[in-house]
Amino acid sequence: MLVLEHLAWGLPDGEPILKDITLTLPTGKLIVVTGPNGGGKTSLAKLIAGLETPSSGHIFLDGEEITSLDITQRARKGIAYAFQQPVHFKGLSVQDLLELAAERKLSEDELCTILGQVGLCAQDYKNRQVDASLSGGESKRIEIATVLARKNAGLLIFDEPEAGIDLWSFSGLIDAFQRIQAKKQTSALIISHQERILQIADEIVVIAGGKVRTAGPREEILPTLLKEEKAGRCPLERGNSYE
Amino acid sequence: MNKITEALLELVSDWKGAFSGAYNIREDGVCAGRQSSEHIKIESKEGAPGLVIHIAPYTKNETVYIPACVTHSDVNDLVYNDFYVGEGADVTIVAGCGVHSDGEEEARHNGIHRFFVEKGAHVLYQEKHAGSGTGAGLRRIDPVSDIHLAEDAVLEMDTVQIGGVDRTDRKTTAQLADRARLIIHESILTEEEQTAKSDFSVSIDGEDAAVDLVSRSVAKGHSHQDYHSRILGNNRCTGHSECDAILVGSGQVNAAPELFAGHIDASLIHEAAIGKIAGEQIIKLRTLGLTEEEAEERIIQGFLQN
Repeated sequence: MLVLEHLAWGLPDGEPILKDITLTLPTGKLIVVTGPNGGGKTSLAKLIAGLETPSSGHIFLDGEEITSLDITQRARKGIAYAFQQPVHFKGLSVQDLLELAAERKLSEDELCTILGQVGLCAQDYKNRQVDASLSGGESKRIEIATVLARKNAGLLIFDEPEAGIDLWSFSGLIDAFQRIQAKKQTSALIISHQERILQIADEIVVIAGGKVRTAGPREEILPTLLKEEKAGRCPLERGNSYE
Repeated sequence: MNKITEALLELVSDWKGAFSGAYNIREDGVCAGRQSSEHIKIESKEGAPGLVIHIAPYTKNETVYIPACVTHSDVNDLVYNDFYVGEGADVTIVAGCGVHSDGEEEARHNGIHRFFVEKGAHVLYQEKHAGSGTGAGLRRIDPVSDIHLAEDAVLEMDTVQIGGVDRTDRKTTAQLADRARLIIHESILTEEEQTAKSDFSVSIDGEDAAVDLVSRSVAKGHSHQDYHSRILGNNRCTGHSECDAILVGSGQVNAAPELFAGHIDASLIHEAAIGKIAGEQIIKLRTLGLTEEEAEERIIQGFLQN
């Protein structure tokens, strides 16, 4: 279980981005964080993965405070993070990167299984360099695969996994998320605006203006979101409409 | 052979207790073992230290090993090796060099290689350089390569300097005839106060000939590297020069690619990129559980091996 208590974080110039975030994310659930652009979703993911340090507040993972742990320590505690913007490496192949993620050598079958979940064929991609020769969509899928390959990760964070992914691969991705969902010891936290991803969520958290506007089971949150969208309004930007 | 030579051979030429086929092992300026094969003849050079290696036309899938080792300080080994590769041959040449010093004086190997690659021949040339030992004396390797490629000949040259060499001054010159291709991949790691200098000058004289020079370098500590390439396109041809360098700590790299187009259909490109390891690369690998040091090491390893 991940517990966030009164988390706050701002830019170096002092502009506040997250303001007093308090949330409990239960184990074994698929949680989708949504909300308008610039609302603080990616910043929240970075705070959880240790890429940023909160200016105040506390983070607990399975009862242990991890607020002061660095990125590596949190990764070793089982937090995995798929970046919104994939990183390129000159000199690392797709297989190299996946084996670093898995912390062991991977067989051809294992590579096929991992890459197949993101719609890629291991034979075609395992020796490709993770560099600018990959398209945006290919890079994104390999980025997601690095999280799927992680050994013993208990909390998988995906930042806008749908970005740049074609329709066919997106269906495969939904299947992959549902397989994660079926594992009772693994949680997935997905930052997304996609209705198809919202539709498979166990819980939805809406963040806007650096605050949690609402959070709860999908059945409670999603109908209101969709209703507002149909009405052509953006409820998430209307301040306190859910508070 | 002494134990240091054996350790160096393992490091620079994949030595596993023996070589199969043709070989010549040079230890502290003298021959420590030689064998010719049916198609590859190795002979001593007349009038100068070194070898003449004759590879018979149409020799296929054979490897010749010519490693050189300097095992102590106060050695200045100079060697002239000539390679004559017959028409249509397809062979591999492994030419590693290791320099070890536990003393105060310099230990140096200076290998001057000439390559005469005949029509349609293909050569893969692999050269790994390494230094070892605890002495204050400089470990120095200064290779010179003079390459002559006949029509349709191909030379692929992979050179790697994996560390421990205090000074390197590499000079490579080449002339390419019609449809000849020269592919050079250089990887250099320098640390502490080491310096490395690479100077390439390739004259593409033949029609539809091509050259591809790729240098990957990592300069750590206070080390300094200089890269200079000069491609002269004297005919309808293609030429590409690329220097990618990573700086770590106070390392310095000076890259100066130079192109000369002497023909309207000469198509020449150069690229040079120098910078530190991107922060997001380190962060990404840390999110996979690596420490910052492990991430940096892995990125450098991949960069140099590519």
